Amino acid sequence: MTPLLDVKNLRVTFPTRQGEFEAVRGVSFTLGKERLGIVGESGSGKSMTGRAILRLIRPPGRVEADKMELHGRDLLSMSEKEMQGVRGQKISMVMQDPKFSLNPVMTIADQIMEIYRFHTGAGKKAAWAKAIEMLEAVSIRDPERVMRSYPHEMSGGMGQRIMIAMMLVTEPEILIADEPTSALDVSVQTQVLSIIDRLVRERGMGLIFISHDLKLVSSFCDRVLIMYAGRVVEVCEADKLDQATHPYTRGLLGSLPDIRHPKDRLEVLKRDETWRIAESVSGRT
Amino acid sequence: MSHIHIENLNVWFGDGADRVDAVKNATFDVPSGASFGLVGESGSGKSTILRAIMGLAPTWSGTIQVGDFKLGKKRPKDFYKDVQMVFQDPYASLHPRHSVDQVLGETLSLHGFKDIDNRIMKLLDDVGLGPAFRFRYPHQLSGGQRQRVAIARALAPEPSVILLDEPTSALDVSVQAEVLNLLSDLREEHKLTYLMVSHNLAVVAHMCDATAVMQNGEIVEVMTVEDMRAMNPAHPYTKHLLDSSFGYNPDAAQSA
Repeated sequence: MTPLLDVKNLRVTFPTRQGEFEAVRGVSFTLGKERLGIVGESGSGKSMTGRAILRLIRPPGRVEADKMELHGRDLLSMSEKEMQGVRGQKISMVMQDPKFSLNPVMTIADQIMEIYRFHTGAGKKAAWAKAIEMLEAVSIRDPERVMRSYPHEMSGGMGQRIMIAMMLVTEPEILIADEPTSALDVSVQTQVLSIIDRLVRERGMGLIFISHDLKLVSSFCDRVLIMYAGRVVEVCEADKLDQATHPYTRGLLGSLPDIRHPKDRLEVLKRDETWRIAESVSGRT
Repeated sequence: MSHIHIENLNVWFGDGADRVDAVKNATFDVPSGASFGLVGESGSGKSTILRAIMGLAPTWSGTIQVGDFKLGKKRPKDFYKDVQMVFQDPYASLHPRHSVDQVLGETLSLHGFKDIDNRIMKLLDDVGLGPAFRFRYPHQLSGGQRQRVAIARALAPEPSVILLDEPTSALDVSVQAEVLNLLSDLREEHKLTYLMVSHNLAVVAHMCDATAVMQNGEIVEVMTVEDMRAMNPAHPYTKHLLDSSFGYNPDAAQSA
């Protein structure tokens, strides 16, 4: 079976005064109809990987890859116009904070309907009905009222659910969620995750879940890539993350405080220069 | 003996119809040399309690007693020496154009210390930063190093109480481990009493002997760390928080 997304040797480079800086260095993975987690600390290149797939890296930043294909179609050689047909329609992205990703001066209705009409050319009436249906799918009560509201009238959890509704209204094949619940409280977090989980399973989508939270990723995803300094240092089954072997992954797990297993001191990660140099591990299946 | 004694604390903002009761009837005690946690979600009032103690939230009623100080509208100068605070975001709480030396030197001179030079070196050493960091500016430091500077600043007046407002939530987990270890060591060394706000139960369970769980401005439960480890919450909200701290659980999501 061909994967939804096939990425081989992805590199993201930014020129700086000190020479070229490689934020992502040779990342390879495939994505099927699964939940793929990408974990790492700040600066590990996890968000850059997500953005590079949608070609959202602005010049002078460069995205290069031996292969970056969606259903066998090369994403890198597409024109900007063709990319617009991909972004939001085939691959959608949910960012961390709904406060910054929703347009503050447009009503929820206008924002959801805009994306739907742009990609499908549907009429206003159909778009309204579809938007209501999507808001219901993300468990928003009283969607008619929400449709007429502005983002500032929404709580963080509602805002994030609205973002998800907006991103899924075009029924994309892949959803990239970049820290979708990090700005939310734990109780809302569970709710938003269960909505993502349900929609991904019901619609047979592929999900790339980017997060710094190891516990969350291991409990939510099927497969995990662990990134360090722009490379993938380890790939493992999510539920076997506690058996991970790479010293970096082990170090991260050890530095987490654990309610049930108290220890006097937390392990401190000793970074090893060889992790930075080592070849990226492939996440291709 | 309790070092921090809070009784029937109410904190509110605004007047009349706009009045918001941020903290309602909070009561708890922190023994001397202990570490006490306040957990809850955003808007539950946990940071507001810290701010009320520090005098940053002026409209409050009830009793706040810290050490020998029974706090009223006016606080004695010594109070500000004895109680210090570390904030969440080290990127926001350090002046971008003051070097580490200035930050610590200013605090020390404000509190009337004389041998400032030696004290700065000692403080840097205490928080695990070498003398090389003394003349750096915040933008030349990583997040963890900045938080160490913020902790050094809090230690400068030789306080007995440090209020920690989400001290590690802006940091990566590996850096969080370093900062938490540092805080544990300092508490031991300087006989400090901590009052720590966090949304992360695992962090609180690691650091604190007891914890108050807050929801909508009220303390719903005060639990010891043993109860927490035994997963033995009395209140359903605490149970919910505990469950969520183990990552995503589809069954819990169903019932939520």
